[in-house]
Amino acid sequence: MIAQLSGRELVSRLAGPGLAFKTGPFSFRVHSNVQHISDGLQLLYGAYPLVADDTFCDFDLEVLKPAGLRGHVRPQVRFRFDGANTFEPLPLAHAFPLLEWAMNWCISTHVNHYLLIHAAVVERGGRAAILPAPPGSGKSTLCAALVHRGWRLLSDEVALVPFDGLGLQALARPISLKNESIEILSRFVPGATFNKPAYNTSKGTVTHMLAPPAHVARVLETAKPAWVVFPRWQAGAAAALTPREKSDTVVDLAKNSFNYGVLGQQGFDTMCSLVEASACHDFVYSQLDDAIAVFDALASGRA
Amino acid sequence: MSGDLLSGLWVLRECPHFAPRQWELLLSQARRCRLHARLAQHFQNRGWLDAVPSQPRRHLQSALASAQRQRQQVRWETDRLRVAMKDVPGPVVLLKGAAYVALDLPPARGRLFADVDILVARSSIQAAELSLMAAGWVQEALDPYDERYYRQWMHELPPLKHVWRHTWLDVHHTITPPTSRFAVDGSRLLQSARPLHAGSQLATLAPADMVLHSAVHLMQEGDFSAGLRDLLDLNDLLLHFSAQADFWPTLLDRAQELGIGSALFHVLREVQRLFGTRPPAALAARVNALASGWASKVLMPPLLALALKPPHPTCDSAGSALARWLLFVRSHGLRMPWHQIVPHLLRKAGSRAWARLQRPAASAGKV
Repeated sequence: MIAQLSGRELVSRLAGPGLAFKTGPFSFRVHSNVQHISDGLQLLYGAYPLVADDTFCDFDLEVLKPAGLRGHVRPQVRFRFDGANTFEPLPLAHAFPLLEWAMNWCISTHVNHYLLIHAAVVERGGRAAILPAPPGSGKSTLCAALVHRGWRLLSDEVALVPFDGLGLQALARPISLKNESIEILSRFVPGATFNKPAYNTSKGTVTHMLAPPAHVARVLETAKPAWVVFPRWQAGAAAALTPREKSDTVVDLAKNSFNYGVLGQQGFDTMCSLVEASACHDFVYSQLDDAIAVFDALASGRA
Repeated sequence: MSGDLLSGLWVLRECPHFAPRQWELLLSQARRCRLHARLAQHFQNRGWLDAVPSQPRRHLQSALASAQRQRQQVRWETDRLRVAMKDVPGPVVLLKGAAYVALDLPPARGRLFADVDILVARSSIQAAELSLMAAGWVQEALDPYDERYYRQWMHELPPLKHVWRHTWLDVHHTITPPTSRFAVDGSRLLQSARPLHAGSQLATLAPADMVLHSAVHLMQEGDFSAGLRDLLDLNDLLLHFSAQADFWPTLLDRAQELGIGSALFHVLREVQRLFGTRPPAALAARVNALASGWASKVLMPPLLALALKPPHPTCDSAGSALARWLLFVRSHGLRMPWHQIVPHLLRKAGSRAWARLQRPAASAGKV
């Protein structure tokens, strides 16, 4: 586990051979000379298993600040992949969110051996709820709340749906929160661990919340799809589920998929099996406590 | 981990036995060259996929799925072009990848696409632009300088993007810039173009022209980061067309006729170096005569060998950056006369620096 490394060992791995670790089915090797990165990894990635240096890693990422003047005057940070600059550089203070976005990008642009859906996934009693939604709908907020109230975190960002229709795979990475959600979750989960916020990013203020270590330890346990719930936060709304058509759900999930088009027939078949196996709902809410009650009722078969 | 694993892979007789980190490096180098799907196709063609360890194999299979999808998309774009261009006078010639897909030529397999390229008569270019716009292909906003660069100096319209499908289309009226020393008259290519089927407006270049286009593209673009890909295409095309008895003599005649013999000389040399494919022995003297002068025979081969390495830090050797720079400058020298190119490069360098000052922290796109 990364937690076994001292702070100094972590920094020297990042600066030297790279820090190689696993999150669910994927392994990453991270190279960095940026303190935001070593601090963030130490705070949020302690429970993830290390991978030996001579092992194949799925993705090798560099998040580097330039040497010399450019490292000091309006300092910037760059994401490099396959030895090439990959996104526009960001201010140094945005380094940790950049790493998380880069890891998401690695998966969403290279992986076609799962159907990938932009969604949070949580599990209870071996059954998974998929919460797809466009940004701003409150899926990560709801996901963060659920995983601190009896639901297990599979992912706050991407559903990994295998083609054989068996269990959804987990990533159990830190949960991305932004703007008002940060304050809401810190009140909702007293004592929760958050990374230092990054201000003025393209998404406003962004931080990442620790994935519960017990959930990280269970990352290889899959979960059967049981519900697809499209959440929408709406000021003052009473928490309410409404059933939605399965056919519409297939179309809307396809719109939220990173690789549905790439997978062709296989994507369609996988999507149909997923929706066939799931009860499908729209969900509006304003208060997290009410939302949790509705999800608990779902899990116990009362909704 | 270092060393170029990608360039030598194509001539191996059996599936390589790499260590786990070498597989990782091979995939990284292939992705950097946009050859990962091509690599996967190569393994599949030889029945090697099952011998690849499961982790790298998953990446190869993922790349194959992307390539398969893109091939389907290119077929669809081609069909949409057929409809959009039907009132434009003259043939619409599919170039490069779109042509390989339309004719199901070997380099179509495992190919990843950035855009579709077509060639139309210079006199039809305005009609083509209007018809394409009516069908949803529009020009992204360019600054007036870039606009003029394309229209006045280059051999193509500014790139067009389809408003719904977000696919890119390049419309050319010849294969080299009109300002180039290699200036090729597009109408001569159009005269030899072959319709996809009887009565079809869509066409492809004749086999020799297809090879020459790929050769000129590689030698003139100045960006050798995709050079290995172009050479793999060329190798596939040469092996495929060699089955036609008159292909090689026609190719050499045509290269001389169009005045692009030296480009063909260099790519044939590189194809032979990397893949062992050589012209028929009887034509060796003619091939050798395609280029003359010590620069072509002595200076270029080592420069090309350096510049064609995958543009990956693990493949860089002393001199590779210098070689790429020299060839970049040379290619611009071939594309435009010096009195045009020097102000152009200064202007581009200046506007990039200006953009960086204006926008020090442009946002990264989260996917």
